[in-house]
Parts: sequence; structure tokens; C-alpha cells
Amino acid sequence: MASVLPYGRFTHAVVRGIPETFGKVEDEKNNRVENGETTMDLAKAQRQFGVLTGALRQKVGLQLIEIPADPELPESWRIEDVAVIQGDTALITRPFKQQRRSETEAVRRVMSELNLTVVEMGAEEGGSAGATLEGSDVLFTGREFFVGISSHTNYRGAEVLADTFRDFAVSTVPVCGGVRLKNICSMGGPDTIIISNSDGAKKTLRMMEQLTDHHYEVLTVPEGAAANCVYVRGPSKVDYLLHPPTEECPESVPAFQKLTDYTLLPTACSEASKLGGSLTSFCLLINRKPYY
Amino acid sequence: MTTEVGSETEVKKEPEKAEEQPAEPERPATNQTYEVKVVEAAEQSNESPALATDSAEAKENQEEAQPADNATGPEGEEPPASPPASEKKGISRFLPPWLKRQKSQSVVGPKESQVTPKEEGGVVLVNGEGEKAEQAEAEQTSSTTAAEPQVEEEQVNGEVEPEQKEEVNSEEPAENHSTGSAETQEEKASEKSQEKSAAEEEKKETEEGGEKKDQEECLKPEGGRYFIKSPLKLTKKVKMVMCHVIMLDGSQFPCEVEKRAKGQYLFFKVCEALNLLEKDYFGLSYKDNADQTCWLDPTKEIKRQICNPSWQLAFNVKFYPPDPSQLTEDITRYLLCLQLRQDIVSGRLPCSFVTHSLLGSYSLQAELGDHDPDEQRLDYISDFQFAPSQTKEMEEKVVELHKTHRGMTPAQADTQFLENAKKLSMYGVDLHHAKDSEGVDIMLGVCANGLLIYKDRLRINRFAWPKILKISYKRSNFYIKIRPGETEQFESTVGFKLPNHRSAKRVWKVCVENHTFFRLMTPEAPTKAKFLTLGSKFRYSGRTQAQTRQASTLIDRPAPYFERTSSKRISRSLDGAPVINMIEAQDSAPTSVGNGREPGLELSSDSSKSGKLRVQGENIYVRHSNLMLEDLDKTQEDVLKHQASTSELKRSFMEATPETRPSQWEKRLTASPATSLRLQAQGRSPPPTTQEPLSDLTVDTVSKSSDDKQKSNETTLQAAEVEIEETVVVEEIRVAPKGSVTITTPEVVVTPVAVETEVEKPEEEVIEEVIEEGKEEQKRPVSVSSDSHSESEEEAGEYHPQVTVSTSVEQIKEEPGEEEKEEVDDHEEPEQVAEPEPLPEVEVETRPSPAVVEETPMAEPETALVVDAPAEEERTKDILVTLEEAPNGHAEDQPGLVAVEEEEEEEEEEEPRVNGDASHAETERIPQVICCSEPPVVKTEMVTISDTFAAQKTEIATKEVPIVHTETKTITYEAAQLDGSGDGEPGILMTAQTITSESLCTTTTTHITKTLKGGLSETRIEKRIVITGDSDIDHDQALAQAIKEAKEQHPDMSVTRVVVHKETELAEEGED
Repeated sequence: MASVLPYGRFTHAVVRGIPETFGKVEDEKNNRVENGETTMDLAKAQRQFGVLTGALRQKVGLQLIEIPADPELPESWRIEDVAVIQGDTALITRPFKQQRRSETEAVRRVMSELNLTVVEMGAEEGGSAGATLEGSDVLFTGREFFVGISSHTNYRGAEVLADTFRDFAVSTVPVCGGVRLKNICSMGGPDTIIISNSDGAKKTLRMMEQLTDHHYEVLTVPEGAAANCVYVRGPSKVDYLLHPPTEECPESVPAFQKLTDYTLLPTACSEASKLGGSLTSFCLLINRKPYY
Repeated sequence: MTTEVGSETEVKKEPEKAEEQPAEPERPATNQTYEVKVVEAAEQSNESPALATDSAEAKENQEEAQPADNATGPEGEEPPASPPASEKKGISRFLPPWLKRQKSQSVVGPKESQVTPKEEGGVVLVNGEGEKAEQAEAEQTSSTTAAEPQVEEEQVNGEVEPEQKEEVNSEEPAENHSTGSAETQEEKASEKSQEKSAAEEEKKETEEGGEKKDQEECLKPEGGRYFIKSPLKLTKKVKMVMCHVIMLDGSQFPCEVEKRAKGQYLFFKVCEALNLLEKDYFGLSYKDNADQTCWLDPTKEIKRQICNPSWQLAFNVKFYPPDPSQLTEDITRYLLCLQLRQDIVSGRLPCSFVTHSLLGSYSLQAELGDHDPDEQRLDYISDFQFAPSQTKEMEEKVVELHKTHRGMTPAQADTQFLENAKKLSMYGVDLHHAKDSEGVDIMLGVCANGLLIYKDRLRINRFAWPKILKISYKRSNFYIKIRPGETEQFESTVGFKLPNHRSAKRVWKVCVENHTFFRLMTPEAPTKAKFLTLGSKFRYSGRTQAQTRQASTLIDRPAPYFERTSSKRISRSLDGAPVINMIEAQDSAPTSVGNGREPGLELSSDSSKSGKLRVQGENIYVRHSNLMLEDLDKTQEDVLKHQASTSELKRSFMEATPETRPSQWEKRLTASPATSLRLQAQGRSPPPTTQEPLSDLTVDTVSKSSDDKQKSNETTLQAAEVEIEETVVVEEIRVAPKGSVTITTPEVVVTPVAVETEVEKPEEEVIEEVIEEGKEEQKRPVSVSSDSHSESEEEAGEYHPQVTVSTSVEQIKEEPGEEEKEEVDDHEEPEQVAEPEPLPEVEVETRPSPAVVEETPMAEPETALVVDAPAEEERTKDILVTLEEAPNGHAEDQPGLVAVEEEEEEEEEEEPRVNGDASHAETERIPQVICCSEPPVVKTEMVTISDTFAAQKTEIATKEVPIVHTETKTITYEAAQLDGSGDGEPGILMTAQTITSESLCTTTTTHITKTLKGGLSETRIEKRIVITGDSDIDHDQALAQAIKEAKEQHPDMSVTRVVVHKETELAEEGED
């Protein structure tokens, strides 16, 4: 297989700004029941977004590509959902919500500009009719894909993904303990999976462990919000981990500190989390370095 | 030197000892040591050769010396699996050529040898690996060796190491050949030996060869070689057949082999032609009648496996090394590359665009060398195929990447190719179509790590080998028993539905082989020959990966030159590779790709692995500490029982020989016990002589069932053990008065065999277990000693699954509800069993177009002709249950209980018979368990017949099998002599085999009963042959053939009774 590099060797990050309509999504309320009528603090969300992008660019050292926000697309900041990228192939997904599917246009353009091989999951394809897939249900470990079957992602979508990334095993796992797979787990290193301590997450983890041929280190964090982090091994050969700050997950920070030789970058995303988002939701990570 | 050598040898010996391979203690003493060691070796070797010959001659009862270990007596050759093991002796013996060489060397060498004892050791080791082959085949290598010797001398002169190398070199080619030839020779020898006339001569020859070897007389090497190669000489009698093997580069390798040659003979020939030493990763495949790709079983005769008249085979990678960089030789990697290119082009190994391009670029670099901007343009590339569907864009990408490989040698390019290919998720995954319990189409992927479950292209589950406790198949179902997880209390069994019985067995075999190869240090040798096993006794008998790696470390030859003809191959592959494959692969894409291996897809493809059927599995019984391998041909119920019964765990399966056999009656018959006898006998002259013949026959059958060579040895050993049992049996017989006439045959022999078989069988399948139980019971009453034997045997066989016993009970509990209520019933009420029994019979009848022929060659045919498999199964269940109940799986623990149960069972059996047919009714209860082959379909019948069960089972049965209406006819021919001796004497199940072909299913059950009256002993052999066929079968012919064979087999016996029970389906069955 062509991509031999371990997980985390990214060179580029693609993000999309926070639109004014941030949080103005009816359906989304369903996902933030807990927040009730909590009002979105747009400015705060944008500030947090700025901190995140700044960290990626200036600390981690990625080349950042920011797609302008589109007020017509209130959820477009969750750019992670609309594409799955591995190596030089980008699969443009088919989000569950009809209104989100137009978010892919701008992303597709960027992928093309980056000379990525763009694969469409398009609805028109007979084979993938009815297929839905969102990137937040996809965990790529560098060795294989786990696709969480959730309310937003179905088997057909996973099949398309498997057909796109043929070099890798694509395993489907139930999403327990969260709405999206990446709500409960994320990569914390080339062979490290960070996962929340909830029973559901453990169940999902067990399934992942059963399905994999590889061995992963598992970093269990007591708080669900802490399970979603962004790991990047930057150009400077330093391991960076963007994780929710102490304010959001006070008990989990010590767990992150177990990661030796990591540069921890506490990054707030409290506003996004109100919408079910998380750190990884904001960015698409890409490696454009030739690997042969 | 000697000392050093000795040490080395010792070291080597240890492993050998560990393996218990008496056969080939090879002391590869170097030149000097040679002699001394030679002498020793001679002794040892004598034993070993003797063993081998014995094994071949097992029938002759010559095999005395070594029991089970020898199981692979002829296999000493096979020991290749245990490479290091057979060094010294084997070498000395087998390596006459070496000796010669050595002598020649020795002249030069002594000094050197002194200097370099290690060399010897090295050599020895090498020999050990290739030793066997080398020994026998020195001849083959002779040509090569001739050339080599010079080299050797030079090397020797140079340094000690060189000597080793020399030897190695000579050996290597020789080994390859030699192993192949030697084994083949041995095989042939054994086969021939089997043949009476030929056998003797051959034996002589072999013996001579052995002697020569033993004597370590380089002088005779020719003789030895001759002998080895000599097949040709022998060929006078032997028919030669032309095989065509498609090599990985697409070329055809014609090879003439004896018609009776075993698979490994051809395989070694091919490896020899390829100059391949690390051959354990490879195998020969062929297409069966269903166009499914199967692996040629090296331990079985080719003609019994191959269906197509043209003897078309393909050389393929059978086990994909997870880390190709650990392969020792470039040529091995090269061949692996060729295989992978096939896999890629056929779509079996899916890749992304980038990977296709990258791998293609390495292929170009390996074949064409550095990119030449002048002459290389896209044109040259269009001749290559890099992917199932290849675009211009991909070709451009390939060229672009090719440019970056400048300076890379072909070997480096291959290595890079493999380093990338091995990471592909489907690398080395052998896919099989199946359905899950809910009828959803899935794919079973067997690989080095375990079993993968795919739905479309998605991996939906995975069972690593360590998590699997047991693998089994029953009919068209394939089961794996899963070790309970941390939070789970009970083991669970996962079942899959395969398209048909054969495919289920195929998956099972592949699993057995892969598990053994990748997970075990050494293949588990059948501790004891399992003579009567009902199930598949199939085991992988080759080397494991660990062994082959170890052996590879001893390879010390200069990298052999080989020509890379991959480009040709590729083009050919394109041509040859069926377009269909590619298309299918693409279309069906993920799944189909995986499927690519499936026969259907593969059909068109040339040599594509068709890996699915890895029939080849060599016959070693593997007992995994954790994993039990069982193949259940029997009904599902049986399966359940199996799980439950501890004995099952312990016991290994016997496999019905009929794997891929064509529809020929003979083959089928052979499959049947009787036939099996024949087969064994085949090598030998026709029917055995009078009394002895019986014994011989039994032995033969046993040996067959178990496995070739080893079997013989084992049989002998077992025989000894059996004797005790015999006594027991006799007593029982006395108890149950029924023996009518009988020829005084070697009582001991016969019975022993039977006993042994019984004991052994249990491992394999439920039925076996039942038998054992029955036996045990019988024995128990009579004598404790017998019990002990049985127990001991059981233990030996089964030891793998520790858990199984306790677990089994649990499983049973669980399963019954799921699968079959019957079991539950059985447990609860033994009496009920009786009902079920009838079912079994019915089942038999129900079979599509079964013709049941029962032959009782012996004067006293016991009425209990054949206990129907179902009945048996049921019994077994009961028995099993009891066993389970018993703290230990062992019968000993609860003899009383068992016995009681048996009685009940017997009664039950009787009832069923009554229900079933008059003939059956007549037959006496057979206290012992009778082996039954289960016809695939039975259930429907069961429903019909069984009242109580019917209600319960019907549901189940109906699900799987449509109800079939059948006509039943029973015709009984009895000789006047025959008494109605309905008394069922304790019958000993000799063999039960089931041969299944697409259209036909023949099951033969043989009961040999020995009765002692006064001073006379009667031997009664009952054979039940069930012929089931979907298609039009000439039952009359089949019957005639069966009777004929039976007569031939037991010339000294008379046929007292023939019962023909014919059932015809009025409605077509859905099954099969």
C-alpha cells in the first residue's frame, strides 16, 4: 500500500469559518437537548475557531486553508463531515441532512486545488443510492478505517468508503455512548486511540479491538468531551495534541499529560460542543508530502 | 569433528525427538563422522526406513516398532514439516548421494572437516530439512550434484563453510528434488508396496534403498537414486500420467507422474523445477467438478483428487507470509510477487489507484530494470497489466513512479513490491462466500490472523485464531466456537451457511491449514492413528511457518539464478486470466474480489489461486491447544453433541477420504470403508488372503483413515493396544450371543483394529465419540483395562481443548434450544432417543435417491446393519451427554452411567429399526456405537418419521430442508447360512466414510464384529453403503459394484446377506 506513513503526518489543514447563522439550525437542536435554549455565542465561537486555526498554523505548523464561511450553510464549519481524506484521495461524502450536501461544493474545489484525487459519493450513483456518510463517523487510524454506524452514517456509506480506500480494512462499528463515532473517540497518536470512559464507548472500543488486526494503545479519559482531540505530528517532528481545556474537562487533562513528549495545546470548543461539534469537526487534515 | 558434529546433531535431534519423528534421525555427519555416524544412522535409519517401509507395508504387519510417532513414517519425508528433525539418520540413510559426495569431499574434506565441524552441522541441518528428500532423491540431484561436487570441492578447499554450502547447494537442488523425489519415491514405494506384487519388489527396492541408505553406502547411491527416480523402472507396471502445471509465470510445466503418485510427488517435482527451497508457502491447486479451486492434498493420490482428465493443476501460494522480508531467498519472494500480481490483476487483492500504480512500477523495475527514457514509452507498458482495469492515467503514473526506482535491483524491487503489498488489508485473505445465520450474504476471509467476516467490502467481524476454540463443519454449515470474552460466561458458537457441503468442508480445511501453519510451532501429529474416524481426519501435515522459517535459516546456497519472466506472465495472465474474473472482480468488487478466489470467479483465471479450496492440507492432525478442529459431516445435532462431549474435543477427526473425488464409483466406493480398504490395498496386490486378509484389511482401512505411512506404524501400535480391548470385545460378544459363523481370522488383528479405530475415531466426530463411548461401555463391563486404554487414547487425541469439557456441557445446554430440541430431549429422556433414532434411519432413506446396500461378507451379518447415522448421532448425543455429566469427559469416570445409557440407546436403536425397515429390525442392536455417515439431507425424513420429534424438529428441519416425499423399497438377500442372528453383537466400527460429490453421496459404514464361540472366532463384517444422488444414478450398477468390491476385499469371506433399501424422492429436495 502506498501510504506507509503512520497516522498524524499532516501538512495541510482545511477549515471553514463560522457563519453568522452559527447555531441557527432547527434540526440541530435535537442534538443539543441538554443545552436547551442556550443561546449560541457567535463571537465566542468565532474566537475559539480563531484560536484553533491559529494553533494549527502557528504552533503545529500546518498550512491552513480556510474556506470562507457561508451564511447559507449554518453547519458548514463542520467541515470534517463532508470529506474523508486519506493519502491523496478525498472522498466527498453525502451528509445525512439534505441541506448540508451543498457544503461539499467548496470543499470539492479545494480538494481539487490540492491535487487530491476526488471521489464522489454522489447520490446519483445507483450503487450508492441512499448512502450517507459523515466524516465525524469515520476514524482513520493510519492502518484502517472504522466507520461508526450512526444516525448519520449507514452501511451503504461505509461500503462506498471501503470501495474508495481499497488498501485499507474498513470495519463498521456501532456507535454507543455518543451521537457520532468521534464524539467518543479520536486518535491521540500513531497507535493511540483516545476514548471516553462511558459504557457505550467501551462497547464500541471492544468492537474495534475485535475487528482490528493491529494493537492500539488506548487512552481512556473520564469525560466524554475529552475523547475528541486532534493529533498532528507536525513538520517539526513534534507530537501535538489539541485537546479541550481544563474548563471543559477538568478530570481528563491529567490523562493527556501521560502522553510523554507531547506538546499539549488546550483548545476550547465549548460553543461547538453545544452543537454536538468537537475539535476534529473543524478541520480536514491532509498530507501532501510525497511518500514514496 | 565428530564431537562437534555430534553436538550439532544432538541439537538437531532434540527437535526431532520432540517431534517424535523416529523416522529420520539423520546424522549428517560430515565426511569423517560420516562413517561412524553412518553406522549409527544406519541403525537408526534402519528403524526409520523400516518404519517407512513398514508403513507402506503396514498391512504386512511389519510395523511393530514405532507407534504413533511414526505416523508419518513415510512421511519422514514429510518431516520437512519438521525440518530439523530428521537430520542425521535420515541424511545418512537417505543421502547416499551425499555420502558419495561427502566421500569425495571427505577425501578432500577430512582436514576441512576437522577444521569445520560446524559445517557439517550446517550441512546436517540442511540435510535435515531436505534430508529426506535428499536421501531418496540424491539421484535426481545427481545431475545437479554432479555439477555441484566440483563446486563443493572448490568450496571445501576454500573453507569449511564453503563445504557446507556445497553440500547445501548440492542438497538444495537435490533437496528440493530429493525431498520431492524422495517423498514421492517413498510414497510410490509405499503405494507400490501396497500393491502386492509391485509392493514386494518395491519394498525390496525400497529396503535396498533403505539399506543402502542405512549402510550409508555412497556406493549404492545409484541404487538409491535409481530407486528414487526409479519410479520409471517400476513404471513398467505403473501407468504414467501427464500432468500440466501452470506456473506462476504463466508457463506450463508438463510433468509425467505415476498414476498413483501422491500430490507431494508432483509438488516436489514442480519445486524442483523451480529450484525452490522455501516451498512450504506454496501448493498445487486444481479445479474440482464444480470448478472450485481446491488444494491438492500432498498426502493423497493425485488421481483421487483431480477430476479433470487432463490433470491440470496450478502452482500457487498457499500461505501468504505476513512478512515477506523474512523469507530467506529472493526466488521465494519473486514467486510470491508473481502470485500477488495475479491476485491484483484478477481483482482478488483490491488496491487503490495509487497502490496499483506503485506496485506496477516495482514490477516494471523488477522486470525491465531502470526506466529507459528512450525506448520506454507508454507502449511498452500497455503490455503489462497492473490492475483489473487499467487506465492510461494509471499507466502514466506507473511510468512516473518507475522513473524514481532507478538503480533498484530486481530483488530490491520485489522486496519493495512485497513491503507495500503486504499492508493491503486483503493480502493473503482467502475469501469464501457464505451466509450468516440470518441468511445475509457475507464473505468468510481466512488469513494468517484468523477468520474475517465481510459484508460486501466491510469488515463486520473478526475472529482471531486465539479466540477460536473449535472449528467444525456439518453439511453445508461451518461453525466456529468462540472463546468467551472477559464479560461473557459462555462460549458461543457462530454458524455460517455455505453454498454446499463441499464448500463448507473447504473452508474448514483452509482454516485448519492456516491455523496450523501460522499459529502452531509444529503441526500436531495425530497422536494416534485414527482409524475409524467418521469425520474428516484432515489435518495440515506440512511444516508450519515457524518450522519453515527455521529450516530456511539453514539454507546456505548461493542465490539461485532464475529468470524473471513475469512480463510474459503478465501478458499471459491477461489472456489467460479470464476476463470474467476481472470483470467479476470489479463488478462484485469488494466482495467479489475477495471471492475472486472462489472457484467460480477463478474458473477463467489461469492459475489464480483458487485458494478457497485448500484441500491439500496435509494430513497431520493438528490439535491446537486452544483450537479444536472438527469437521462435522454429521447432522447438526451431532455437532451439538460434539461440542458437548468432551470426547469430541479430545478426539481428532477422521476424514472421509473422499474429498474431491470424481463421481466415479470406484472412488466413492473407496471412500467407503470397503473401498478405503481397497485403496490401501491398491498399492498392494488385490484382496488380502484369508484370515490375515481381514486383519490386513482392517489395518489398511485404518491406515488409510489415519494417513498413509504414519498410519501403518500407528496401526501396529494401536493394534497392540487394541488387543486388550479385543479381549473385552470378545467377552462382550460372549455376553451377547450372536456370533454365527465366522472365519477365524486373525482375531487379534481385526478386533484390535476395530477397537483402535473406535477409540481414535471419537476425536473426529460425534459419531466417533459415540463409538468410543459405546466401546468404552462395552469394555467397562468387561474389563477396566480396556477402559483405561480408551481413555488414554482419548486424552491423547483430545488434549487440545481444555475448556471443551466443561464448556461442552454449557454449549449443549445453550445449543439445544437453538439448534435442535432433540438433544435436549435426549438429555432429558434417554428413552426419547429411541424416537430420534428412527428418524435417523428414516433420514437415510429419505435421501434423494439413496440405495442402501448392506453387505455382510462374514457369515454372520448382524442385523444391526448399519445404525443409521442419525440414530448413532442421537446415541452419541446421549452418550455424550452422559459423558458431559461425568466430571471428566472420560468414560472411565462414569462407566456405569455410560453403560446404562448405552443400553438404553441400544434399545432405542432397535426401536427405530423396527420402525424403519424390517431388515433393520432384524438387525440386532449393536451395542457399540456404529459409525454412521450422515447423509446430507436426513432431517426431512426425520420429521416424517419421528412423531415426537417431528413436532419439534419439523420446524427446524423444514427450515433447512424442504420436505421430501420418498418411496422406500427394501430388499433383502440372505444367504441360507445366515442366521437371523439378530443379536447385535458388539460391533466394532471399522470405518465410515462419506464421499460426497455434487450429485452423489456415498457413505459406507463397516462394522466388524468378532465373536468368539468356543474356540472359534467369527468375524463379521457389515457394511452399509448409502448411495445418495441427485442425478440419475444407476443404483443397480452401484450396488453391483459395491458387492463386487466387497467380495474382492474379503475374498475369504462370504456374503451372507445383502439388503437393499431404496428410497426415491418423489419431490425434489431443495438441499444440496
